[in-house]
Amino acid sequence: MKPDEVEDVEIRLLLEGVERIYGYDFRDYADASIKRRLTHWLAESEFETFSQAQSLLLRDRSVFESLLRGITVNVTEMFRDPAFFKALREQVVPFLKTYPFVKIWHAGCATGEEAYSMAILLNEEGMAGRYRMYATDINETVLQKAGEGVVSITEMQRFTRNYQKSGGSASFADYYTARYDRAILSSALKKDIVFAPHNLAVDGEFGEMNMVLCRNVMIYFKPTLKERCLRLFDSSLLPGGFLCLGLKESLEKRKMAERYEELAPGLRIYRKRYD
Amino acid sequence: MTRVFQAVVIGVSTGGVHALQKLLGQLPADFALPVLIVQHMRPDAGSGLAKLLDKCCALRVKEADELDEILPGTVYLAPPNYHLLVEREGFLSLSADPYVSFARPSADVLFESAAAVFGPNLIGVVLTGANFDGSLGLKTIKQNGGVAIVQDPADAEARQMPQAAIAATGVDYVVALDGMAALLQKLAPRRTTMPHDMRGRDA
Ligand SMILES: C[S@@+](CC[C@H](N)C(=O)[O-])C[C@H]1O[C@@H](n2cnc3c(N)ncnc32)[C@H](O)[C@@H]1O
Repeated sequence: MKPDEVEDVEIRLLLEGVERIYGYDFRDYADASIKRRLTHWLAESEFETFSQAQSLLLRDRSVFESLLRGITVNVTEMFRDPAFFKALREQVVPFLKTYPFVKIWHAGCATGEEAYSMAILLNEEGMAGRYRMYATDINETVLQKAGEGVVSITEMQRFTRNYQKSGGSASFADYYTARYDRAILSSALKKDIVFAPHNLAVDGEFGEMNMVLCRNVMIYFKPTLKERCLRLFDSSLLPGGFLCLGLKESLEKRKMAERYEELAPGLRIYRKRYD
Repeated sequence: MTRVFQAVVIGVSTGGVHALQKLLGQLPADFALPVLIVQHMRPDAGSGLAKLLDKCCALRVKEADELDEILPGTVYLAPPNYHLLVEREGFLSLSADPYVSFARPSADVLFESAAAVFGPNLIGVVLTGANFDGSLGLKTIKQNGGVAIVQDPADAEARQMPQAAIAATGVDYVVALDGMAALLQKLAPRRTTMPHDMRGRDA
């Protein structure tokens, strides 16, 4: 057997152990990415092989926590894919405005930049106080960061450009206070967002949502797990609700697609039909 | 044991549009291997390049989508702002992980994941570019027994990337762009002798 194949077996066993002991199920994640991350984690750890790590991993929760941080990668941006946010503003918000109150679920929100972007957009469109956002992630460390609403100031230039490209016309600097190298997002953006842990691989639905966003999370999943997530979103969404996926994720070729209409081609904004 | 190559991976940056047009333009429609490409581009570049290349060459060129099955004679271009990876079952996956070697998509990411799946049956190619991406990945390809081809730095619009690759590992062929398609055809199996069925259980 080649060394690579031995490592693949070790990874399977490790993920199996993690699931049995800690209840976190990574067995249905696409192999290539998870292998890459695990290998990085191993290289930075004190262990030579995954088999060697296994013993402590299954007994010492802190070792597991470090692994968890290593395998859930949390890169995100404010107004990532400006064209997508532009379409939200122009084509989705007009529908949302017809409701007295809307509920929105951001699944896999990472450090919250996407939810904060949405809050900015909704407030600018006159929906302040008329929405609640549930922003969830599997990784509690990033959720804590998300709740603090603090972003590195160097990132802010890029985010400002994204915001402007997405059709934002206010002064972006009004949304945060600069403190040394950090930007602290204004509390008006935070007050209608609830950050909470939720694992798409094992946890249940969030009821009665007008909108569900899950962008760049399912690309890491195998088809079976992807299917589970989509079913979860479908049952969480009210008729007429909106489903937003990442730019490289689509409903194409899925049975569920029959119940959805694609609103902005290429931007992965779908609307659930009424019947 | 004679090996039978299963895929070509290409990493290219500055000057890539021109280089790819030329290289892919010279490959015949019955070229028997899948070709996976990372061309560095801006995160918001759109999918114009795949369309452009598709028009100018005999092979089918498409922007890679998640779960695309890796088919012979098809060229898959990494989408802007995503890494492109190879899955064991013979299909592609994408990731939004952080930049690697200052790039997303990164050739290192593609090369390393392809090397893990194809082992010695992989051809890695580094073309023109003004950075270092691809050299670590090419080294991994060599470590797994694959073949490394690098564009002659003197022939490249930007020589840094080929030079870095040559410095990183024992390269098998250093060739000018003009000779590259002929070399790939020589290495590739004839269509009729394609031995493997890459389709796995889950594909
Ligand atoms: C690349 S980030 C995407 C962030 C954001 N949605 C965006 O597009 O910018 C992926 C996020 O998915 C989370 N994630 C991974 N597996 C998950 C699971 N099983 N359940 C919930 N979240 C998960 C990760 O912790 C990470 O924060």
